[in-house]
Amino acid sequence: MTWGSAENFFAMGGYGLYVWGSYAVTALLMVGEPLLAAHRRRRALREAAEALPNEDNAS
Amino acid sequence: MPLTLYTFSSPPKFYALSGVLVPLCWALAVVLSAIGLWMGFFVAPTDATQGEVYRIIFIHVPAAWMSMLLYLVMAFWAAIGWAFKARLASMVARAVAPTGAMFTFLALWTGALWGKPTWGAWWVWDARLTSELILLFLYLGYIALVEAIDDPRRADQAGALLAVVGAVNVPIIYFSVKWWNTLHQGASVSIAAAPKMASTMLTAMLLMTFAFWAYAFAVVFTRTRAIVLERERGAAWVNQLAARESAS
Amino acid sequence: MRALFWSILRRDLRLAARRRIESLLPLVFFIVAASLFPLGVGPEPQTLRQIAPGVVWVCALLAAMLSVHTLYAGDHADGSLEQMLLAPASPVALAAAKAVGHWLVTGLPLILAAPVLGVLFDLSGSALAALVAGLLLGTPILSLLGGLGAALTLGLRSGGMLLILIVLPLATPALIFGAGAVVAVESGMSPSGHYSLLGALLIGTALGVPLATAAALRISTE
Repeated sequence: MTWGSAENFFAMGGYGLYVWGSYAVTALLMVGEPLLAAHRRRRALREAAEALPNEDNAS
Repeated sequence: MPLTLYTFSSPPKFYALSGVLVPLCWALAVVLSAIGLWMGFFVAPTDATQGEVYRIIFIHVPAAWMSMLLYLVMAFWAAIGWAFKARLASMVARAVAPTGAMFTFLALWTGALWGKPTWGAWWVWDARLTSELILLFLYLGYIALVEAIDDPRRADQAGALLAVVGAVNVPIIYFSVKWWNTLHQGASVSIAAAPKMASTMLTAMLLMTFAFWAYAFAVVFTRTRAIVLERERGAAWVNQLAARESAS
Repeated sequence: MRALFWSILRRDLRLAARRRIESLLPLVFFIVAASLFPLGVGPEPQTLRQIAPGVVWVCALLAAMLSVHTLYAGDHADGSLEQMLLAPASPVALAAAKAVGHWLVTGLPLILAAPVLGVLFDLSGSALAALVAGLLLGTPILSLLGGLGAALTLGLRSGGMLLILIVLPLATPALIFGAGAVVAVESGMSPSGHYSLLGALLIGTALGVPLATAAALRISTE
């Protein structure tokens, strides 16, 4: 499948809006979701660390 | 310690194992989607009837398949967690739900963008899209229920019951929607008039499906790790882990 | 088991009879909500006849769901629910009795009021008959599903809305077949397929949902 030029590739035979609209939202969600999940994990770890008994006020 | 079926059903062992698996799944997802997209855009030819717009199929169909598969996966692990009181299984089920909902939304979004140029409307109430919409409602109902219950055990069990009831209903719902659709044959557009697939198209679509599958593993495991840390806070192994992280 | 069923059913009916206004609220909602549609879409009889089956069914669905929310709440609040669950008889009898009670108090009035709405929407006689027949088969399904939702959302803050969100997808087949029966009659086709499917749905729901509701009650009260 040869596109000839970058222009043709982005135009997608006139359907560029629909094709790239689909792929853009897909990319957005499939990058955003893992970032949110990783952030959630790091926050859980951080909160676990904050809940640790402090070495200073040793019981 | 001998390796058994239950070795990784303990939260700390799962946490350790998934820590290794997640980057591998990401690598797999990236490689498979790179090849799949390359095939989809640079090998698969232009479609005779639909032109270039059919290339949305390389994300629409994988997303739809994943949305359906993940619902069953979610119901399965939720049921296991309920039946065997296996907390980790319940945590996995909870982690699957948002990803499943995401794929369902994606299937609907890409379906709409595919539909507009092909059938003239942003939305058509054909059997498959309508079923997909109801599937999204099932996901949202599950998520809303488990989030509304504070007690984790009650939330897990209630969610499991709802997920299983939903899973049993999915074929009934799909059948009734098909029935409904054939009755109201107004706009006789058929999304089943998908392009006659050249083998390159099919290969690219399958590669993308496997790529989405690997992605799902990676994200679901990451989210499960987060849930494990949240629920097991105060446990010795979590404290050790947290101490190590904050020291670094 | 049967003794428990009848005693709970009688009790619920007696309670509903004492709170007559409260028990009639779903019916009033049904009529008011359905009457909004002509105000929204215009008084054209042709249009109204077309949307009538869907409107009546959706309003029946919403009326049932809004009233089922408190099915177990009262008993849960005063502790009698726990007592009932401790009884040697299985909670399945409780779930079944509650669903039947809800249907008698809420569903039956809706069925009786439906012809009135049908007339407001200019439905023909045979279409009215199909509407009533469909509701006769379908409203028990709604009461059963609603009971499951009520058991799952027992005591939760966002209970009412959450219940609707959970139950609505499960109720779509009944909605499709019920409203579809009226549409079939209006276009001259036989509604028997719809009735059979509704009937099968009713049987399946009646056999399976009380079990699920019993499990949900245990989950929600532990």
